[in-house]
Amino acid sequence: MNELSASSRITYRAVMVRPGVARRIRGLSDRTLAWLFITPTIVLLLAINIFPLLWTIYLSFTNYRANRANVPTIWLGADWYQSILTDPDIWAAMQVTAHFVIWTVVIETVLGFGLAYLIDKKFRGHGMWTTIILLPMMLSPAVVGNFWTFLYQPQIGLFNYVVAFFTGRAASSFQMLGDVTLSPWAIVIVDAWMWTPYVMLICLAGLRSIPDYIYEAAEVDRASKWRQFWSITLPMALPFIMLAVLFRGIENFKMFDMVNLLTGGGPGSTTEVASITLKRAAFESWRTGYSSAFAIILFVTVFGLANIYVKALNKVKSR
Amino acid sequence: MTSATTAHSVVEPSATTRRFAGSLVVLYAIITMIPLVWIMLTAFKSPDDAISYPPKVMFKPSLEGFCNLFTTRSRQTPEFIRSLGPPQGLCDSIARSRNMVVAGPSNYVPRFVNSLIIAFGSTVLAVALGTLSAYGFSRFRVPLKDDLLFFILSTRMMPPIAVAIPIYLMYRTIGLSDTRLGMILLYTSVNVSLAVWLLKGFIDEIPREYEEAAMIDGYTRFQAFVKVVLPQATTGIAATAIFCLIFAWNEYAFAVLLTSGNAQTAPPFIPIIIGEGGQDWPAVAAGTTLFLVPIVVFTVLLRKHLLRGITFGAVRK
Repeated sequence: MNELSASSRITYRAVMVRPGVARRIRGLSDRTLAWLFITPTIVLLLAINIFPLLWTIYLSFTNYRANRANVPTIWLGADWYQSILTDPDIWAAMQVTAHFVIWTVVIETVLGFGLAYLIDKKFRGHGMWTTIILLPMMLSPAVVGNFWTFLYQPQIGLFNYVVAFFTGRAASSFQMLGDVTLSPWAIVIVDAWMWTPYVMLICLAGLRSIPDYIYEAAEVDRASKWRQFWSITLPMALPFIMLAVLFRGIENFKMFDMVNLLTGGGPGSTTEVASITLKRAAFESWRTGYSSAFAIILFVTVFGLANIYVKALNKVKSR
Repeated sequence: MTSATTAHSVVEPSATTRRFAGSLVVLYAIITMIPLVWIMLTAFKSPDDAISYPPKVMFKPSLEGFCNLFTTRSRQTPEFIRSLGPPQGLCDSIARSRNMVVAGPSNYVPRFVNSLIIAFGSTVLAVALGTLSAYGFSRFRVPLKDDLLFFILSTRMMPPIAVAIPIYLMYRTIGLSDTRLGMILLYTSVNVSLAVWLLKGFIDEIPREYEEAAMIDGYTRFQAFVKVVLPQATTGIAATAIFCLIFAWNEYAFAVLLTSGNAQTAPPFIPIIIGEGGQDWPAVAAGTTLFLVPIVVFTVLLRKHLLRGITFGAVRK
């Protein structure tokens, strides 16, 4: 507090003296203030994000197990990394993750952009309906996952009943969560239900950012609506669509809560996305060193893919 | 969501287009609401109605789900139940009709209170820290500014489970595991990165001239920040706070891995509400409904801020 009042006195006096000196002194006090303002955040992030990250990196080279803290820790080098990258189970988990990420992103982008395009027609009451559409994305993914298990019940669930009603099959003839071929789609459906509105919002921001005069010019040139969509709407909204794809891609690569409650990775390991494999290794079989190595591999993968993608995005933006 | 429409512009969609677009969107909205409405209906069903086939749309409303959510019950012989006095309250009489007596309150209320304390505590902290840093990054020349900002953002790319492993070990060592303080700090650290980015965008939009004028009038930089910038940034701070609150309220992965009793929040608790012979769906639905209703009300009331926040964040990043 002392420092603050001292710096403020300087600032106050600085206004009176010569401009050059004033700038220098005020710059000094600003610098103190800047550090006072920024340091708490950085300290918190260092303590709760960076220090643990460094610790994870260290653990990933050891045989440490959190449930056997007394066993002496042995340095293993890159052994875990080698065994993870050559483990067929890990590759299976990565394939499950890829299936989940790709299909959710495709479905959410198509539906989300479609909805945004329709909402941008500004029909009467579009504000209210937009709010209603938004609701699923505001809810807790864990709680959502849990109540969808109820909707997916083969005997009593609403989802099975509705599908049975429209297809004429018996409602108990298929199990969305218990069937090896259906369960990967069960998690895609719930994620699409939840997150399509998010993509829609970002696309809507993109569509709203296109100035009217471009369409007016196109009308003057007698471009058809079809042509306008492909030559104006889509290219100009593309950076926003790509941004939405990036956010959803990162989020779903990390997906844990919803899938954990819907299927817990099952049946077998057909819906075992990377985060669930990680949780099983870290908190069920307590292979802390191994799971740390896997966590680092996942982090590097997300980070690397996101960086490549952002480069592509910037290219599209600067076009 | 304001519609700035120009009168009779050539780009205005025709009435038919609007009606067509409107009906498709309304159709989507209705379909998307069905699961949510269904879970809210289930909260008011009796256990038999909840698991009947075909699913019942019309049913006799019952508060059994809510009773089962808030109480624990034990099964007793009819003789024992007859030997008790008259039932105390609605829940007791429902329980007795099923040959049970109310044994005590369930853990739902403490878990809900934990959710409230942790969500609000971490939101206040994250927004306070975020506002200060955002102002710092927006107005001052900070060395390595872009690197620091990117560093702040990149902390969000870690999968939560990956973060949970070392946090679990660290909290175990320093005695923060299964404490509300530990969860508040953890959620704050997750939220603060979003808060810095969102708020920096909002504060960037406030003209520097306002503060400079105030400082020429004799305010110090800090006074100018409190009396000029903060009031201008209220909308942005509110929008950011809503996001932080929603994240902390909804979070599950950290909560399920790092808390067990004392500090457990509602999301890991709701799925483990079980009755005799499997999940007690009306009770789960009641717990879900009570947990989701604040967010639904919140979304509807504050939709303008929310929309601005989401799209804004997207455009900035």
